[in-house]
Amino acid sequence: MSRIHDMGGRFGDGAIPDKEDSTPFHKPWHAKAMAVTLASGALGAWSIDSSRHARERLAPKDYASFSYYEKWMAAAANLLVERGMVSSEELKTGHAEHIEGLSPKALRSDDVFAAMHKVNPYTRRTGPEALFAVGDKVRTASYNPNPVKGGHTRLPAYAMGRVGTIVRQQGNHVLPDSNAHLNGEAPEPLYAVEFTASELWHQDAENGGDTMLLDLWQSYLEPAK
Amino acid sequence: MPHDHAEPHSLLPSDPELRARALETILVEKGLVDPEALNALIDTYQNKIGPQNGARVVAKSWVDPAFKARLLSDATSAIAELGYMGRQGEHMVAVENTPEQHNIVVCTLCSCYPWPVLGIPPAWYKSDAYRSRAVREPRAVLAEFGVSLLETQKVRVWDSTAEMRYLVLPMRPEGTEGLEEDTLVDLVSRNSMIGTALAGAAA
Repeated sequence: MSRIHDMGGRFGDGAIPDKEDSTPFHKPWHAKAMAVTLASGALGAWSIDSSRHARERLAPKDYASFSYYEKWMAAAANLLVERGMVSSEELKTGHAEHIEGLSPKALRSDDVFAAMHKVNPYTRRTGPEALFAVGDKVRTASYNPNPVKGGHTRLPAYAMGRVGTIVRQQGNHVLPDSNAHLNGEAPEPLYAVEFTASELWHQDAENGGDTMLLDLWQSYLEPAK
Repeated sequence: MPHDHAEPHSLLPSDPELRARALETILVEKGLVDPEALNALIDTYQNKIGPQNGARVVAKSWVDPAFKARLLSDATSAIAELGYMGRQGEHMVAVENTPEQHNIVVCTLCSCYPWPVLGIPPAWYKSDAYRSRAVREPRAVLAEFGVSLLETQKVRVWDSTAEMRYLVLPMRPEGTEGLEEDTLVDLVSRNSMIGTALAGAAA
């Protein structure tokens, strides 16, 4: 079943807020939460897939009530404890149990600009051959394709069990469904798949000929007519 | 307010400002985070990396057909020619608006966004309303942004479900034929590169 973050197509969210706004951070703590999260991530104890999953598996009532950067902080706190880097006691008191010098793994301020510009591709040379070519019709899995119960996947519920057309081959990419759960990168072919609005939304389609395109991994797909 | 579940984050203060301070204090005291690095990260995304980068890419594509061809065939490399690369822009694709198609970009599952060219995503891009509606009723969303489509245009919505990051190339506004790249940059708004505005409009 889906989790609360999987909201594509949901009704009831109202108007788009603050459409012309261009402020990167509205409050100093937003900027701080972003920086703390990136600096923690730079320690290398978790992947981007694990961090996305950590946000998605927050309790639905927290996910719904937390602002954006509150979700980031909650996920970072959970990961720090799960990876044994921070203790529950430390979260409770707001202080380290022992003061320590700067770890060699910590991101240095002089390295920040270079670190943010470093290209760490998600493509891999390994993994299976592409089964599909541009123009092929494919059907997506009808359920969460992750064998882990409630596991991380990048196949949104609105695009499950639908037929679309391959429009781009993106190469072999790390599979988030596996990597988020520390089960290895398991790279496999990734494709941009184009679906018509009528295929995805049926009677709710706004304009049947418009299309939605999603990047989907090969194991989410099977051949279709 | 007390939490009725035992997730570690619930041990932190509930006030988000105090939460941020507690996390920072713990990590700095443990030597896991350099406080100066936090300032550098904030400075990077507040002042150095933002939509001015993407605007440069688009304006250049309008005046330099060879660059535009490279951008459409391998956006990651073409954008890197201008020095824009790295985190959340590892695999770039440029999608061109034409009289036949209008592209818009969303991330329904989280907030994936091409940081090296557009910076940190705006609040509306991360909102539940945009994430839920952009894929089901893109035309209503575009109307809300004040975008009028041509009758000949179909809408293509790119849901950023992987590490591919999409940059919309808006159509060059009419009457700008004589303008140079440095002037054209000012016509390329952030929203126009997400697809929720046309070039030449405000924001």
